[in-house]
Amino acid sequence: MANVARRARLDRRYLPVVGTFVVLALLVALGGVRYDNFLSVGVLANLFINNAFLIVLAVGMTFVILTGGIDLSVGAVLALSSVTAAYLMQAGVPAGVVIPLVVVVGSVIGLLVGVMVHVFEIQPFIATLAAMFFARGLCFVIAPESIPIKDETFVALASWDTWAGGQWRITSSVVIALAVVAVAFYLLHYTQFGRTVYAIGGGEQSARLMGLPVARTKVLVYVVSGTCAGLGGLLFAMFSRSGYSLSGVAMELDAIAAVVIGGTLLTGGTGFVLGSVLGVLVLGLIQTIITFEGTLSSWWTKIVIGALLLVFVVLQRLLTLRRT
Amino acid sequence: MSATAPTPAPAASGRLGAVVRHRLFWPVTALVALLVVNTVSRPSFLSVSVLDGHLYGSPVDILRNCAPLMLVALGMTLVIATRGIDLSVGAVVAIAGAVALSFIATSPDPGSPATVLVAVGLALGLSLVLGVWNGFLVAVVGVQPIIATLILMTAGRGIAMLITQGQITTVTSAPFKTLGAGFWLGLPVATLIAFGVFGLVALLTRRTALGVLVEAVGINPSASRLAGVRARTIVWTVFALSGLFSGLAGLILASNVMAADANNAGLFIELDAILAVVIGGTSLAGGKFSLSGTFVGVLIIATLSLTVVNLGISPLVTPLFKALVVVAVTLVQSPVARRKLAARPRRRTSSGSPSGSSTSKAVA
Repeated sequence: MANVARRARLDRRYLPVVGTFVVLALLVALGGVRYDNFLSVGVLANLFINNAFLIVLAVGMTFVILTGGIDLSVGAVLALSSVTAAYLMQAGVPAGVVIPLVVVVGSVIGLLVGVMVHVFEIQPFIATLAAMFFARGLCFVIAPESIPIKDETFVALASWDTWAGGQWRITSSVVIALAVVAVAFYLLHYTQFGRTVYAIGGGEQSARLMGLPVARTKVLVYVVSGTCAGLGGLLFAMFSRSGYSLSGVAMELDAIAAVVIGGTLLTGGTGFVLGSVLGVLVLGLIQTIITFEGTLSSWWTKIVIGALLLVFVVLQRLLTLRRT
Repeated sequence: MSATAPTPAPAASGRLGAVVRHRLFWPVTALVALLVVNTVSRPSFLSVSVLDGHLYGSPVDILRNCAPLMLVALGMTLVIATRGIDLSVGAVVAIAGAVALSFIATSPDPGSPATVLVAVGLALGLSLVLGVWNGFLVAVVGVQPIIATLILMTAGRGIAMLITQGQITTVTSAPFKTLGAGFWLGLPVATLIAFGVFGLVALLTRRTALGVLVEAVGINPSASRLAGVRARTIVWTVFALSGLFSGLAGLILASNVMAADANNAGLFIELDAILAVVIGGTSLAGGKFSLSGTFVGVLIIATLSLTVVNLGISPLVTPLFKALVVVAVTLVQSPVARRKLAARPRRRTSSGSPSGSSTSKAVA
């Protein structure tokens, strides 16, 4: 009995993530009870396939939010990356060059944001807002209309898939997304960089007094987020087989919502990258359930996500209140 | 103001230095630069003529087009001054338009002033309730403002679509059209409303203690509460006002096109409003606000949108220019640039004294 109690106390840090997991399980159960074909492997596998780019965005966003910042530019950078990829491949540049290049585009924008935030002490909100406008405007300079992607290497990569256990379909974008999650998990929990990220979120002044490389880390989290957004754009291009300037509008809000639902506090310092993945899955499941329901109109998705956000935020508030 | 106080300008740099360091110097410079670009590309840009008893010309267009943003940015300034932020204004804009037009469309007599008055009252009432809801989450539950308003931002457009049933509601109602497209005494009604509300709030905050109380809450909520300021009531009030003003902006926007588009009405207006506030020199860290700065910021954004069209560039590229203006204005206003500007005359007069803040920054 005492053992259980001690474990429960140890798990306090994981409580928000456990909450997210419970919601996820409840949603799966709800879907399973209401609809006949819901609990199939196909539906769950599609959840990952359809949300691979959002998982990557949410992972990058987690880094930024853990330091107490925010990145509003990810949706626009995703669009810029996918439009650039489509434009270059239409111009005949081989996919082997384009793929690394568009990811670097994201990193460069992230670096610019990081420099603005750290060196010029501009609030992250404004710096990333400027980056968002910049990237979105650049999209329309490159191509105002949708460009289809016909490059053979790219299409082959995008349509590659395998069946794990004979039934669970895994596409290349799912593999990439899971690899990003694994790398992020390693970075956050097993490197000095990761510990510094948590330390900055806990208290920037204290982190600096401890001699941690605050300046470098603060710039780097935006590079990580920008890189993730660039990669997300690539996955989105693979998903839609095209590049369109208006894709990813308001996707930064989905990413932030996923991170918050995943139990990361916006004040920074508390949260897990796996929680954010669960958050993305919760958002995806809501979408799936509303599709299965059939009679419900699409706007209910937004209302339900808003309501869920409210529940989580209030719960988090109660949790932090009890702790202090 | 805060930057000039600790370092009195030496007589040598004189009045010019004081002008350059005034907090409105860079925003006004940006606005003038935009107007100059326009006038060079089209010399008749600044001319105003009288047509059908109305004033007519590009400056009047700017004043009319900026009315909704002016109202939203006004509420945003007050919210930001208390160290908050309101992301839900765009959703409130959509909801207000949806409610008013749905009511007018289903009423038996869309053209009667009474119907329009009830519709406007309903929309404004609901906007106020939404603002109060945000204020409740922030002031009572204690949720961070950015998240509290993110909830309504996400759900709000869904609610607006629920009201219009996913359709774009259109109506024909002469009294309602006056709100956005009408003229009174030769000036656009929308401009008169926005400027009137703006003047009223400026008067209330700067001629009474209200403005100082708002700033006190922004500097330190608990300290101001202990000093006897009703911090909770003030936070609640500014969010409620932000909702109300956004609702009014939504009515003007809906009346401009006589349609309620739940998806696109007021899309990104929260970002434009925050930009206008920041360009105007109000810090997102709260504690001080400048309504005149916001006024200039809104004019800059409205002029910029017109400039892009004027120069024959696709309006889709406007965000790029917005980004450039924002980066330019925020960089010259950033603490680092200000410190350098402030340090220059000091170094000339007393080279011996070490300037602590900038050197310690360089080490870190």
